[in-house]
Amino acid sequence: MRTAGSGKRQELPLDTFRVFSKMPSVCFYFQVHQPLRLRHYTVFDSDQQYFDEHKNASICKKVANKCYLPANRLMLELIRTFKGKFKVAYSLTGMLLEQLRQYSPEVMSTFHALAETGCVEFLAETYYHSLSFLYSREEFIAQINKQIEVINYFFGQKPRIFRNTELIYNNDLAALIESMDAFDAIITEGADHILGHRSPNFIYRPRSCSKLKLLLKNYSLSDDIAFRFSNRDWPEWPLTADKFAGWISNINGNGVAVNLFMDYETFGEHQWQDTGIFDFMRHLPAEILKHPDNNFKTPSEVAQCYPPVDTVDVPHIISWADTERDLSAWLGNAMQSNAIHELYRLEKKIKQTNDQTIISDWRRLQASDHFYYMCTKYFADGDVHKYFNPYDSPYDSYINFMNVLDNLRSRCAKSATTDRNIRGWRTGPAAGRLNICN
Amino acid sequence: MLGWEFPPFITGGLGTACYGLTKAMDQLGVQVTFVLPRTVESKYSTHVKLLTPSSRSKTASFSVSEMKNVKFRTIDSPLQPYSTPDLYRQRIEETLRQKQRLHGGAILSASQLIEGIDYAGDMYTEVHRYAALAAELAKTEEFDIVHAHDWMTYPAGIVVSAITGTPLVVHVHSTEFDRSGEHVNQMIYDIERQGMERAHKVIAVSYYTRSIIISRYGISGDKVEVVHNGVERNNNNNNNNNDWSLDETGIKKDEKIVLFLGRITMQKGPEYFLRAAQKVLEVMDNVKFVMAGSGDLMHSAVEMAAELGIGHKVLFTGFLRGEDVQRIYKMADLYVMPSVSEPFGIAPLEALNHDVPVIISKQSGVSEVLTHALKVDFWDVNEIANKIIAVLKYPPLQITLRNYGGSEVRKLRWKDSAAKCLKIYEEMLVTV
Repeated sequence: MRTAGSGKRQELPLDTFRVFSKMPSVCFYFQVHQPLRLRHYTVFDSDQQYFDEHKNASICKKVANKCYLPANRLMLELIRTFKGKFKVAYSLTGMLLEQLRQYSPEVMSTFHALAETGCVEFLAETYYHSLSFLYSREEFIAQINKQIEVINYFFGQKPRIFRNTELIYNNDLAALIESMDAFDAIITEGADHILGHRSPNFIYRPRSCSKLKLLLKNYSLSDDIAFRFSNRDWPEWPLTADKFAGWISNINGNGVAVNLFMDYETFGEHQWQDTGIFDFMRHLPAEILKHPDNNFKTPSEVAQCYPPVDTVDVPHIISWADTERDLSAWLGNAMQSNAIHELYRLEKKIKQTNDQTIISDWRRLQASDHFYYMCTKYFADGDVHKYFNPYDSPYDSYINFMNVLDNLRSRCAKSATTDRNIRGWRTGPAAGRLNICN
Repeated sequence: MLGWEFPPFITGGLGTACYGLTKAMDQLGVQVTFVLPRTVESKYSTHVKLLTPSSRSKTASFSVSEMKNVKFRTIDSPLQPYSTPDLYRQRIEETLRQKQRLHGGAILSASQLIEGIDYAGDMYTEVHRYAALAAELAKTEEFDIVHAHDWMTYPAGIVVSAITGTPLVVHVHSTEFDRSGEHVNQMIYDIERQGMERAHKVIAVSYYTRSIIISRYGISGDKVEVVHNGVERNNNNNNNNNDWSLDETGIKKDEKIVLFLGRITMQKGPEYFLRAAQKVLEVMDNVKFVMAGSGDLMHSAVEMAAELGIGHKVLFTGFLRGEDVQRIYKMADLYVMPSVSEPFGIAPLEALNHDVPVIISKQSGVSEVLTHALKVDFWDVNEIANKIIAVLKYPPLQITLRNYGGSEVRKLRWKDSAAKCLKIYEEMLVTV
């Protein structure tokens, strides 16, 4: 797989040289998501207002001002400056789109503008940023379809690339996604233990698939931007655009695409504006495009341009989280697994109600964030993860979640008793359709 | 070291803390002379006999075999921690009555008696008499630092420090504001403040207490250090022989037990415990609330439980010690500490040591060192009830709290507290 060493390069025929010396494409994909946070809900509460509208609105507006708006404007500026040579991809959860539409319509219009440039690709995932793949295939597929619909509705694109929540992935997932016959490629983490000596900068094929391609995150270069950018203890600090472009060029020959996947909130939220993150991004495309062979590609273009070089076998589940690259951030303790099991145990009852508000509340509770808040791994260390947690402790978050779930369960029971009365007018093809598009 | 109480003569956390700290210092090889008041009239006279030589002098000494570097010196005095001037007067009068009976009914005036047995008639004078005796005792001892625990020993600490020229550390385990809210006793406040002012260093048991010392006593923050308490490892966890049978207690097998363990005083928030209990019982029935401890609000707590209509669900055990404490922890499903103001709070650590999950007041020092605990504002009865119900209702919550809390507690060692104190000593000896 590796190409000839640089010393031999000049002896090769011109054609070979051109193929081998080709610089890798740079593929940016940004994850954009905000959960709907629960309000403080005690065992003594009995209303159905589970979500903290005020908090969700203010966080959405805050992040919009610090990150989404300035970052979107920057991307627009770069796309216009480089006249189609700079490209990016986004995965925007349906849950976020609902909030943006309600609380920050100006962010929506900048995303529309980005969609219209033709240089922006939108990916598919679960509408509710859920872990449903692990608990209910039926629900999982329903949420992907709902997401495809909402992306098509807002941005006029049918996503061809799938990324699962938190880049959770294994062979079974790839097989399931291939069987949906809607996607060209799937994205996951380029974890060391699945690749071994191989590089994440090539295209692979999941072991369980015959058509689907696999795009792997280059976590080292991605995390240089997403996590280490402002770390003054990092020997490479300060990271400049030309230094980073140099690292990309170093890949020369050993890879076809560098997949830089990260949270969009990296810009302005995880890395504050005063760290220089926006300036870094503003200068990066020019530095990368200085070399005439370099280019930017969207995930779909990468999948189309390059053949898979090998298969990758992932029997056990991986994710992009933490050093473990596993599920322990969401399902690592007894509270987390109890809460999520109880949630999915309700699926049948919830769906039988045919009550769209009950179903939607249940789905909103599926966001992986709720389980992340219950994580005890980082709790004692005062880790940066705390910053994203609306609760004082994982215990508070579990208690709150379980109280809400209890109320939701009681609504199912009530709804079942009145089921016959409402069945007449609630069913029909429109019942399961997207509220947001109506 | 100047203390008030030492196991087995304990009435609360102070004795436990002095014991833990002294034992750890002993293990670190520090020579400690521990001076404490010895009450003549004692309910635990068997221990007194065991530990004191037959000496007619006002001071005596003994040693405890497990602590090789520690020498104990006692001073005859009826001083007791958590006391108030009123309680002190009652105790003195009680002692006098006993003495009068011994004197064959001869009517003696109180002042005559006091002269005779060398007690001061009021607490204030007694604290200073104690200080004078301590100063005398100090002449026969050699030491580099005077370390005084809580206000009753501060005057003694000041005097000893002054006559021997050794630097003084005052260790604040609680303040008058914790014990009495806004109804502070001016005399005690003055003694506390003087002690802190005259001390070269003040050790607070928490940042919570440190902030009270700075804001309420006007002490400069430079001189106030925080040394959190530790907890003794629980060794006698496996004696199943002495458990209370359920019949004895009137608790049914399927009933959950929520425990309050501490002095039943304003500071400990018993009323919030009972109000939360009432709320819990609105939602679930198979729960009993156990209040273990005694204190000046004991009777009103019993009355309040009755008024709230939950009398049949609340059990009062009175003051528990030693094995009884172990047994009650073993029975409990949850420990609640709704303290109004708790400088530290060792009991929750002991509960976790016995695998009992805890709900603790945010207005406490222990909440600074415990992350795997549920935390509440003491006044937020609704939230206390919400959390009690959650723990009783969801086993995964109980399991997670117990497991993580247990391993967290095992990291809180007295050794570390003692080492911090030593560091403070060393810095003082360099600068003084």
